[in-house]
Amino acid sequence: MSASNIWVVTEPSGGAPLPVALELLTKARSLAAAGGGSVSAVGWGADASSMAAAAGEYGAATYYDVGDIGEQLPGPAVAAAIASLIASGQSPDVILIGATYDGRDIAGRLSARLDRPVITNVVGLEDSGGSLQSEHGIFGGTQVAKARFTADGPGLFVVRAKSFAAEASGGSPAQVGAAPVPDLAAVGSARIAARHAEERSGPKLDEAEVVVSGGRGLGDKESYALIEELAKLLNGAPGASRAIVDAGWVPYAYQVGQTGKTVKPNVYIACGISGATQHMVGMKSSKNIIAINKDEQAPIFSIADLGIVGDVHKVLPKLIEALKSRA
Amino acid sequence: MCVKQIPDPAAPAALDPSTRNLVRDGKLIMDESDLYGVEMGLQLIDAAGGGEVTLVSMAPNGETNGLRNALAMGAAKAVLVSDPALAGSDALGTAKVLAAAIRRGPFDLVLAATESTDGYTGTMPVQLAELLGVPSVTFAKKVTVDGASLKVDRQTEAGYDEVACPLPAVVTVTAGVVEPRFPSFKGIMAAKSKPLETLSIADLGLDAASVGGAGAREEVVDVQQAEARQAGQLVTDEGDAHEKVIAFLEDLKLI
Repeated sequence: MSASNIWVVTEPSGGAPLPVALELLTKARSLAAAGGGSVSAVGWGADASSMAAAAGEYGAATYYDVGDIGEQLPGPAVAAAIASLIASGQSPDVILIGATYDGRDIAGRLSARLDRPVITNVVGLEDSGGSLQSEHGIFGGTQVAKARFTADGPGLFVVRAKSFAAEASGGSPAQVGAAPVPDLAAVGSARIAARHAEERSGPKLDEAEVVVSGGRGLGDKESYALIEELAKLLNGAPGASRAIVDAGWVPYAYQVGQTGKTVKPNVYIACGISGATQHMVGMKSSKNIIAINKDEQAPIFSIADLGIVGDVHKVLPKLIEALKSRA
Repeated sequence: MCVKQIPDPAAPAALDPSTRNLVRDGKLIMDESDLYGVEMGLQLIDAAGGGEVTLVSMAPNGETNGLRNALAMGAAKAVLVSDPALAGSDALGTAKVLAAAIRRGPFDLVLAATESTDGYTGTMPVQLAELLGVPSVTFAKKVTVDGASLKVDRQTEAGYDEVACPLPAVVTVTAGVVEPRFPSFKGIMAAKSKPLETLSIADLGLDAASVGGAGAREEVVDVQQAEARQAGQLVTDEGDAHEKVIAFLEDLKLI
């Protein structure tokens, strides 16, 4: 399928698009320019004018406003609004969606509504002779697979954060068009009764300059405090391997890897993480990698710029002490 | 509970050179991600004082090994949709098959993992919910049933949301939120005689062209080696390795 008319699901956070949406708008702008097409954003929330301004600044000509969805979950509402636009004659070739909690809900709902497949875990997009191809890191990121749709559009791509750099084009505010939510009946019946923010100081995991992650080698849940303390001292974010998320030591939101977040910090410090392929695919694009592990044969050392063969319970307390004494 | 049987994640994975589908010829095991949903289902029927957990699964080759494991944990019965035509299914095709299998009987709640370990698209349960015409709550950390409604704590970027959701519904469960029980010896023995129904796609009234590789309207066109990352310096801690880390961070002007 060609990629001239591109829509970007532009998820709001506090009246502005999420970083991943700006990344996708930037990529959409270059793909659309090459194909002589245009970029439209689809967003929701009470702040249509600031959202349209931001979408325009990153290259969208049109901002389709789903409106304030109140306490509804975005998945069914936004997917139905997009499906209605398409039913009324709009014809996007491609719809790009960020791989967030709500983005995946929107993609799944939209896929089933439109009876179109969805390609997920995209980390790159390129126009190959008029057809859009997606890139995917597979087998722990050791190989890159390219995929494409074989049927008519719209092609739904769910793209991981940090796949593209966000760059403003300086465009004027996007023209606002309405994208009302049709009657959803049962599928739209879930409601958010309360929102809880968890006290987490410091930068977000996928935006931090420094990420300090812990794994099974920490030995027990209590030792994760070492990871949090080191992350705080380096103004970084704490992360985790799948093994300790599965074990219930930290919530899913901390997970770095294939199932979890992709991070590309300046420095990634892996503590007591052996380096399962599942983990490596989520962090191997970090600029610098430091690994601390007891096992000299741990696969993580094959991608580490600095590898320390040692016990995290000995190295981390000394490292924390040394950093504190400098502060 | 939707259960996926996958190749052992610890074994080397490969793509079939001609179809570029993931090779699934070997023995399949239950995806560990599904243990949490099975456990959640069992706890919910305990709390409700009645009901049963039915496993729903799909595989091209009739594999049942992973389902027996979940039956041994305490699920009452299993339905396996198995058909050679299902090879190469994508997430939407899988959702269509599971929706057809689930619609055969009454259900209050469909549980699934947030994503499988081998395919990890993370969209199948929501596609399933849309096809079933029911609400869904993904990334559940905690689920309680209150009459005809669910209360779900849903993971968010900032923390979590409390979501009220009428039944019937689809809920996806994140790993680590409950502690999956180990099957007892009695459970393992009992699992051998629990009902395990195998259905073909014809039994479900599905058209072979709409599912499996035929229904998947996407293809892998190319696979290349990724740029390899080189190992750097490796030092053994003699009590002063933290100084190496400090020096490394200083070089980057981070401290």
